[in-house]
Amino acid sequence: METIEIEVFRYQPEKGSDPAFQTYEIPLNKDWVILDALNHIKDHIDGSLSFRWSCRMGVCGSCGMVVNGKPVLTCATFLEKFAPGPVRIEPLDNFPVVRDLVIEMSDFLDKLQKVKPWIIREEEGSTEEEYLQTPSQLADYKQYSMCINCMLCYSACPVYGLEPGFTGPAALALAQRYNMDSRDQGNRDRMEALSDDTGMWQCTFVGDCSAVCPKNVDPAGAIQRYKVEGATHWWKTLLLPYGKDR
Amino acid sequence: MKRRAEPFWWSLFGAGGVMSAMFLPVLLLFFGFAVPFGWIDVPAYEGLRTLLDMFLVKLLLFAIVALSFFHWAHRFRFTLYEGLQLHRFSRTIAFLCYGIAILLSVFACYVMFVL
Amino acid sequence: MDKSVNKQYYRKDMSIFWWTRKWTHIRFILRELTSLSVAFFALEIVLLFFSVSRGPEGYQTFVAVISNPILIILNFIAFVGLIFHSVTWFDLAPKAMVIKVGKRPLPAIVIAGSNYMGWIVVSVLIFWFLTENT
Repeated sequence: METIEIEVFRYQPEKGSDPAFQTYEIPLNKDWVILDALNHIKDHIDGSLSFRWSCRMGVCGSCGMVVNGKPVLTCATFLEKFAPGPVRIEPLDNFPVVRDLVIEMSDFLDKLQKVKPWIIREEEGSTEEEYLQTPSQLADYKQYSMCINCMLCYSACPVYGLEPGFTGPAALALAQRYNMDSRDQGNRDRMEALSDDTGMWQCTFVGDCSAVCPKNVDPAGAIQRYKVEGATHWWKTLLLPYGKDR
Repeated sequence: MKRRAEPFWWSLFGAGGVMSAMFLPVLLLFFGFAVPFGWIDVPAYEGLRTLLDMFLVKLLLFAIVALSFFHWAHRFRFTLYEGLQLHRFSRTIAFLCYGIAILLSVFACYVMFVL
Repeated sequence: MDKSVNKQYYRKDMSIFWWTRKWTHIRFILRELTSLSVAFFALEIVLLFFSVSRGPEGYQTFVAVISNPILIILNFIAFVGLIFHSVTWFDLAPKAMVIKVGKRPLPAIVIAGSNYMGWIVVSVLIFWFLTENT
């Protein structure tokens, strides 16, 4: 059977060694995705290899890694695409590496919290009440709601790499998901949190976040729309200081 | 809500981006190539002077030029932050970039409307 | 979290030349550098006003300056930059502007397309206006 070389980033802090690439030769099975190749290595060649995965079907967002320089979901990327190889597999860029292909994601989780990704109402409605929504109102934000928090966009974003404080693509897109939801009234709350020097204005529209997104969320577009909205709001409140502030 | 400067600078950047994208290429094509290469006759002084003395022409060109300076200032500021990793000097860089844009715009205003 | 564990994380630094490693990043940095073309040519317009205000001799100097080979080369570089700026700007504009007609947002290609149409019409009009009125 045909084989292919896989170069895997190894970092094992307990051994005190520097990070290095380890090469494995595995069968080039046409049905395999990269994740299958990694599981083959772990099960049959080297049980010490660490990586995250769960659903194997592009929904959980756990198995994001950098394959030949590009952040991808390893469960949705076929091995054969890289024949004859070698294939280089690294952990996501811009995050601290815990071990091998496992990254530390608590910074991302903090940022998700910061954008208040839930429906905010000025007054709590009764639990009996439903907030109705038309299909076109749903369409306004649906694209942004498809995010699976896989962090590929953070790995692709040089602004996040340079400025770790930057709120980043997925969190800003998620803020827009709620801002554009007809049931939500939290726009001003979020704008305040996202207008500081870690928020939307740090984005310089490199656009790679949208290019790597496996769910076509288009965070870059969401952020540019947010900037237009923020700027419009700024001029409105300047010219109409006594008007309603939204 | 706290007033911040960033939306203001970004608005100028955006307006300057639109103006420069729309108007600058054709003006450069005219003065940079058509005139020097003789594709057209060199515009006579009188005609050009009359044209540039029209208030609306002045106003439009001033808007294009000044917004272009602010477009540069904003974009170049971030290019320095990111391309050269100078974010730790962000205040100085912002001050310099926008300062230069303001000075150039004042100069342009003087040249166009006073001289 | 325990600091001793934290210290063991591996962090990769970003090279100062990170923008030379990927085609999308090279394209990005070139797009950002078009701002230099924009500022450079805006200065030339101010120079045009300045020299015209100096009477016919001033204007002669301006024509001599823009005919200088060095400036022609600089202008050529600036022109390439300006075109790249216009193209990227009009291409990316639909990302920031979502215009809804009725219940549906206009497709991006319609917004970008009308930008390009407007650009061409404006350019032709200005060029014609300048040749007719000077």
